[in-house]
Amino acid sequence: MIRIQNLTKAYNGQKVLDGINLDIAEGEIIVVIGPSGTGKSTLLRCINYLEQPDAGIISIGDTQVDAAHASRKSVLKLRRNTSFVFQNYALFANKTALQNIAEGLITVWKKPKPQALQEAAQILSDIGLADKADSYPASLSGGQQQRVGIGRAMASHSQVMLFDEPTSALDPEWVEEVLQLMKKLAHRKQTMVIVTHEMDFARDIADRVIFMEGGRIVEQGPPQKIFSQPDDDRTRAFLRKVLR
Amino acid sequence: MNFDVTYFVEIIPLLLGYLGITLKMALLGLVFALALAVFMAVVRVFRVPVLDWLVQLYISFFRGTPLLVQLFLLYYGLPQIFPLMVGIDAFTAAVIGLSLHFSAYMAESIRAAILGIDKSQMEAALSIGQSPLMAMRRIVLPQAARIALPSLMNQFVDMIKSTSLAFTLGVAELMARAQMEASSSFRFFESFLAVALIYWVVVVLFTRLQMMMEKRLNRAYQR
Repeated sequence: MIRIQNLTKAYNGQKVLDGINLDIAEGEIIVVIGPSGTGKSTLLRCINYLEQPDAGIISIGDTQVDAAHASRKSVLKLRRNTSFVFQNYALFANKTALQNIAEGLITVWKKPKPQALQEAAQILSDIGLADKADSYPASLSGGQQQRVGIGRAMASHSQVMLFDEPTSALDPEWVEEVLQLMKKLAHRKQTMVIVTHEMDFARDIADRVIFMEGGRIVEQGPPQKIFSQPDDDRTRAFLRKVLR
Repeated sequence: MNFDVTYFVEIIPLLLGYLGITLKMALLGLVFALALAVFMAVVRVFRVPVLDWLVQLYISFFRGTPLLVQLFLLYYGLPQIFPLMVGIDAFTAAVIGLSLHFSAYMAESIRAAILGIDKSQMEAALSIGQSPLMAMRRIVLPQAARIALPSLMNQFVDMIKSTSLAFTLGVAELMARAQMEASSSFRFFESFLAVALIYWVVVVLFTRLQMMMEKRLNRAYQR
């Protein structure tokens, strides 16, 4: 359903993504792990063209974007088929929690405002923040902000949700509530690609774990396999460091 | 001391009759200058080919030459070259001149404010499927407005005071009236002090308005 072919990206001659190939099935939950600076975030950001890849083809549903000739229109379509959860939440600072979730429904999906607000309110109660509808991001805790960030991503009903280290910026006390919400989404068979350093969570939630290093996929497989008996030395070395 | 208090008090209501035209110039100028400035700031932030270069040239010219020279060029100079402009009246010329001049400064204030907004705000807007222009309009500009407000207000205050230059084009505004009164009564000090006070009070009132607007715009950012 989602196919990434030969995705390549370099910054100042330094290859950050070195020919990534990846197929993702509908409802699949993929967790990407690996040392920092190995292109995990860049991979996510290239999938929805927040970064323009140097080469490669991304197909989601019937949308196909080739980096060689990516039109503005096809990129827009690609972004409407994906949603993104940011490490620093990136909630719209000038909008309330409810408006953050409704924004895309109104401006992108062109729903009438009352209907959009109703749907947003539904999502807000779904993520357990019905009482925060009129709060601005600045007055919410980190955990609450990230849950609204996830709610905003949920609103677009996109084919795949991309999570870029969604709990890395959180104080430890807020991590669990965000992970719980992601598990809830997993139960609903929402397709997700998650970059995270939460290894226990990865083991719990992933259908497939991908280990990346140096801009390449070194090894991939079910979590039981990757975490207990990885084939590659680099995977072993990395896991030894982070699992301890 | 030879200060004619009665004359001073009597001249103020007389001058106030011309405040309307001064404010009309300033407010019309503000509307046009802001519209132009937002357009130019966005062109510069998106680095639109060719247009970006033209905007830079425009800003360089209108910041690099005196307003008075610009007004004279516009009102006395251009109609000689372009006969179509002969019919333009002094008031319109003054509004156009003020708008063009201050839009150059305002564009730079707005551009700086846009650049001051965290890049992730634009990215988040793009990620939900908004086009760059829509993201600018819905998410980035409203936040930039709050940051730009103090410096935009500074420029507006400057514009209010600069409307006094319109008397050199023959617009019958506040300063022109004071000048006329002074030269017929020879009470220069009283006349110009009165006009100074009027400008001052107007500027103080607008500064109050600015504080109220800042408070309103800051609402979203309180913890």
